[in-house]
Amino acid sequence: MTLLSAPVETVSTGRLQISDLPRLARRHPLVVIGGSLLALMIVLALAAPLYAGDPLNMDPFKRLQPASAEMWFGSDNLGRDVFARTVFGARISLIVGLTSAAGAALGGLLIGVLAGYSRGFDSIAMRVMDGLMSIPTILLAIALISLTGPGVGILIVAISIVQLPSVTRLVRSVVMSVRERPYVEAALCGGARLPKVLWRHILPSTIPALMVQSAIVCADAILTEAGLSFLGVGVPPDIPSWGNMISSSRLYLAIAPLTIFAPGICLAVMVLAVNLLGDGLRDLFDPRSKRRR
Amino acid sequence: MSGPLLKVENLTKHYPLGTGFLNKTIPVVRAVEDVSFSVEAGETLCIVGESGCGKSTVARLLMRLVEPTAGRVLIDGTDIAGLKKDALRAWRRRMQMVFQDPYSSLNPRLTAEKIITEPVENFERLSRKQRKALAAELLRKVGMSPEMMDRLPSELSGGQRQRLGIARALALQPSLIIADEAVSALDVSVQAQILNLLLDLQQQMGIAFVFISHDLGVVEHIGHRVAVMYLGRIVELAPCEALFAKPVHPYTEALIAAAPIPDPTRVRLEAPVEGEVPSPINPPKGCAFHPRCPLAVERCRIDVPPLVPMADGRVVACHVRAPATGILGQPFVAGSARLASVAESQRSVL
Repeated sequence: MTLLSAPVETVSTGRLQISDLPRLARRHPLVVIGGSLLALMIVLALAAPLYAGDPLNMDPFKRLQPASAEMWFGSDNLGRDVFARTVFGARISLIVGLTSAAGAALGGLLIGVLAGYSRGFDSIAMRVMDGLMSIPTILLAIALISLTGPGVGILIVAISIVQLPSVTRLVRSVVMSVRERPYVEAALCGGARLPKVLWRHILPSTIPALMVQSAIVCADAILTEAGLSFLGVGVPPDIPSWGNMISSSRLYLAIAPLTIFAPGICLAVMVLAVNLLGDGLRDLFDPRSKRRR
Repeated sequence: MSGPLLKVENLTKHYPLGTGFLNKTIPVVRAVEDVSFSVEAGETLCIVGESGCGKSTVARLLMRLVEPTAGRVLIDGTDIAGLKKDALRAWRRRMQMVFQDPYSSLNPRLTAEKIITEPVENFERLSRKQRKALAAELLRKVGMSPEMMDRLPSELSGGQRQRLGIARALALQPSLIIADEAVSALDVSVQAQILNLLLDLQQQMGIAFVFISHDLGVVEHIGHRVAVMYLGRIVELAPCEALFAKPVHPYTEALIAAAPIPDPTRVRLEAPVEGEVPSPINPPKGCAFHPRCPLAVERCRIDVPPLVPMADGRVVACHVRAPATGILGQPFVAGSARLASVAESQRSVL
């Protein structure tokens, strides 16, 4: 897991306008590359029924076929179309990655802001987070999933909980540095109530750091999902997922290498895209990198 | 309402260094020690002193941004230290603060309009139109064009930002404004503009100021009365002209002698005080100034000098220059020592 070395906390100078976009794109190519790769994958996954075959259709006479015009990536040990399964598998990776990143970000934001502002809540919440962090990610996820049995919903909840501590710690550190700012004290002097101070003066400062961390969490969640599915505790086997595919094809690597390489390469590219986007966002929000260029 | 607008009684703030374990006594930073003063409506009280003498802590205690260790802050006779949250919010309307740094005291993400109208919106709902009108009025009051209301702080100069800070403080129509080093981050020419703005506002609206500064030139320009602080205590509190004309406490004397005089032909009369300010963690016994004081006598090492009223309306805490006297003008040396020790024991109880 990549943790940011320092909380990214920036001050926007001026409002963003449409005319600034080409300049921003030139300055931050990583955001553009990562973003467009990810966007392409999202479009391909959403449009999958339009161009790919049925990922669940089994044909015992066409087992472990090589690539052909009919089945672009060949077929697996049950005669299923590997291309269709790969494309549909992207949906699971994206759903799990994005929703658990969103879940971890929202939960982490809530707990982090409260912990950053209230000493009493901080000491309790942070000990719980320390506890969560001390358990290996996959092990904790397996334990949570074993409560209900495999399913996409519980998988998302489990990964969100596993990722919660990193987001919480980050948000808490930003809040602790911002709450001492004179403009927060000025707001209190002006008679602002605490919820308003948090919402208007403290929360916006956490957004840049939160976005960067969410991208990292998303990439991590995609990998965790694949890992759990590979171990057979993630997505149920009737739903095509990259982890499932690699797991069920691992015995046939020598005969039909595409059954493993197709989902494996897609997994690598998707994680790379999300990480590039995350790195790009970090540069974009970092005031020091702005001055350097 | 009778009585002073603001009355501060025996205000004390100790910052513990770390948390104590069981009954172990924790060393404390004695930031503010037994400070008392009052401010009348429409008056400017200046607080001066070196860095670290507790000036800013006094400001934060007055706004109740930090809780006092002991002592009371009374506004129109009501102790704000005892107020619950909502009542405190209501009292904050009477008293506003202008901050030292015009850069970090304005939220960089909000427009000028939102910054200066926020205090009012904390208490009542404003329509878009009302908010614009209020922002325009406030901007005009501080000498800025209403067109500035859509700007972000980063699009304004330092002087304009400080004007925004003042506009924000004016929004609730307070009777007292606490200005903590309000001009020290600004250029000298801009400083003069801001000071004149504050004086104008005081004349027009009858606002009282507690003006905290380390710049004696500024203080001489705007102060009615001046309190000199040293290591958390007030050592001299006097009307402005009297203080600058004839400082009584040796520390005040040294402070005024050390201030730069914009006249190359004038020669300094006295060498400034030597040595460093002692640590407020372990302040000297007796008068805190005695290790640096040219007049120090044996007593200064033992007793904390009480603030003694003088004929011209000032109070001074010095055993040598302002010895404590009884009602009949008789010195009562032993008595004052006893009083000091009684005061000391009371503090330790608190």
